[in-house]
Amino acid sequence: MAQKETSAVRSEEEPLLSVDNLQTAFFTDKEVIRAVDGVNFDIHRGETVGIVGESGSGKSVTARSIMGLVDSPGRVLSGSSITFRGEELTEKSEKQYRSLRGSDIAMVFQDPLTSLNPVYTVGNQIKEALRLHQDLRGAAATEEAINLLEAVGIPDASRRVKEYPHEFSGGMRQRAVIAMALACDPELLICDEPTTALDVTIQAQILELLQDLQEERDLAIMFITHDMGVIAEISDRVNVMYAGEIVESAPVEELFENPRHPYTQGLLQSIPGNQPDADRLSTIEGDVPTPNEPAGYCRFEPRCPKAFEDCTRVHPASVEVNDEADDHTAACLLYPEDASQAEAVELHEQLESEREVSER
Amino acid sequence: MSEQVQQESVSVATGETLVEVNDLKTYYDEGGIVDSNPVKAVDGVNFEIKRGETLGLVGESGCGKTTLGRTLIQLEDATSGEVLFDGTDITELSGTELKDWRRNSQMVFQDPESSLNDRMTVGEIIREPLDVHDWNTPQERRERVRELLDVVGLQPEHYYRYPHQFSGGQRQRIGIARALALEPEFVVLDEPVSALDVSVQAQILNLLEDLQDEFGLTYLFIAHDLSVVRHICDRVAVMYLGNIMELGDTSELFDNPKNPYTHALLSAIPEPDPTSAKDRITLRGTPPSPRDPPKGCPFTTRCPMKIRPEKYQDMSADTWVAIEVFREVLRERSRAEKSLTEQAKELLGMETRFSDIGEIKQELFGDIDLSSEVERHIDEAAQHVEDNDEEAARRVLREEFGSICDNQKPDNHVVSDTGRVSHCHRHMSEYTDPDEFVPYTER
Repeated sequence: MAQKETSAVRSEEEPLLSVDNLQTAFFTDKEVIRAVDGVNFDIHRGETVGIVGESGSGKSVTARSIMGLVDSPGRVLSGSSITFRGEELTEKSEKQYRSLRGSDIAMVFQDPLTSLNPVYTVGNQIKEALRLHQDLRGAAATEEAINLLEAVGIPDASRRVKEYPHEFSGGMRQRAVIAMALACDPELLICDEPTTALDVTIQAQILELLQDLQEERDLAIMFITHDMGVIAEISDRVNVMYAGEIVESAPVEELFENPRHPYTQGLLQSIPGNQPDADRLSTIEGDVPTPNEPAGYCRFEPRCPKAFEDCTRVHPASVEVNDEADDHTAACLLYPEDASQAEAVELHEQLESEREVSER
Repeated sequence: MSEQVQQESVSVATGETLVEVNDLKTYYDEGGIVDSNPVKAVDGVNFEIKRGETLGLVGESGCGKTTLGRTLIQLEDATSGEVLFDGTDITELSGTELKDWRRNSQMVFQDPESSLNDRMTVGEIIREPLDVHDWNTPQERRERVRELLDVVGLQPEHYYRYPHQFSGGQRQRIGIARALALEPEFVVLDEPVSALDVSVQAQILNLLEDLQDEFGLTYLFIAHDLSVVRHICDRVAVMYLGNIMELGDTSELFDNPKNPYTHALLSAIPEPDPTSAKDRITLRGTPPSPRDPPKGCPFTTRCPMKIRPEKYQDMSADTWVAIEVFREVLRERSRAEKSLTEQAKELLGMETRFSDIGEIKQELFGDIDLSSEVERHIDEAAQHVEDNDEEAARRVLREEFGSICDNQKPDNHVVSDTGRVSHCHRHMSEYTDPDEFVPYTER
């Protein structure tokens, strides 16, 4: 976890990864699904950026877009920009991407069993990454694989490298996957719900491991989850996603203390742990909509307790929530809160007209 | 709902025992010819569920909570022990008796994607239990299904739709409607909300509470999400490796856990509050295999408060942890499956992936100053491993470094006025109570 003062320094320097107006759509016969629709955020070295949202909100597609793993019929639309260490990623060919993937940016997926190949030993799979990116072979590679397994806290590593994924327990498998991701010393680690399939006691171990590794290697981590508790624990900065858009973005303490967007407020209120004594849980009525057209309105409006008339015709842009707020943005017509409602709506309309929406 | 049900629900007297479980055991894979080494999924549990209450059952995956739930409604056969439902031992029932009894207890499954038949319409799915039990006339069955759709918050026109047309939350509503079709008294809810998003989860939890009030249902709520359990349950049982470690009133148990496992489990939940500074106890390793549970307390292999033998009271935390990890490595090894070639190599005294113990010893004890006595025992165990006799090595370590925790099953000690019980040796008068004890690693 980065300290407050260092995060202030960090925001000055060049971000490691910068996502700007990312739009990823899936073109099906029936409709075009804009799974990620105009997402912006930065990740700095040594920082953990959390992305939280319900299923179908576009968290994983964001991650896959960064990794260049969006398959047909999906495509990153023109006008999107992802820069990593100043290099533009969206223009890279598959071959160029391949040398980046695994070595500079690595990814840990939700279900460790499906991201491991059952017919190769765990050691073999770690060695594959070492061979491809670092040209290590034979005994040297085995030695390195054992070191990696030890680094992620697997006891008896020299035996474990020779074993198959089914011989590992769930938590061990996720550790092995993390070891694999670390094999080539990446600068950015994308974790897509890495602890969702695990028990709480094992989850605690994995979160601790990620924090240690981050300190050791100055890793930047993009952490995707739907669990507000995990987000609160691991991230420095949180982006809340809803129907393909980031609706609120703030440093973690600020977000949990002063959630501004009605969706974030609803989400935090519906956690049973936050209201142990309440008789009934407060809920957000309805379901997450499928974003199948460019939005000319607020996508949360049908479920929003604070919706007013303009919400159905103006698409909210991300704005600072008020004058004092440092680094806290929300995409909602209620903000900036120091402006009158009419002024705010006007501001959003103007920002909206400047936004670039790609159809192709 | 119909008049009749309304009246019944009013007449339900809360407080009397509906389900009583006595020393229940459910083993899988029994009766091998040479040696029987069953999976001890449920290994001797005792508890009761009162009418109209919600009993929570929590624990890590693989601890036997689902098996216990399924055994309670006879979807699994109990190996021994009894389940008294309204005084009748249902493990003894069979044939028509069993089928008749099944009306009384239903189950809602975890995954709404796989527990509904995609080729049947919603109406058919909900009507199926009515058809199976030949409930009234077909006309009335259809009527009843429409009623149920309304009860769980779905529309009558959903009758003719197929499950794939519904979202996860709605599908779970269908599953609940099906479970309620025969007006059961007892419903086992097996992780009913863990596949759902938070905002939808809250809707389903509210629905379950409404239904309980309306029909006087008794729930067994199985979950691994402790915050959900805290919200919905009256009492909670915490399970670990087939045993109930602690059982008691929900708020009491959450506010002041007595058992070391409950303590660790609660401290592991990430709180949705970044400023909370909780002293977390992170447990080492994973639960042992239920085929080879520890002889004494089930939690002994990971317990941060394990009782140490008298002579090692003052051993440094690092050394103690190293020894514990060493024992765990050996346990893991005896659990690993050995291929035929490996077995042959072992017989011939050749090198296998298991024989290399020196390296581990170096890794664990390399930086630690061991007293000569400790070292002697470690070396003796290592020698046994070299000779491919892991059993002997484990025995050496257990005898030297083990304590009452390794050798004797704890009793269920009553730990509060409300009758909460905890399964731990530390509640005995000669030891420090778990909630007063500072774990060795924290010192």
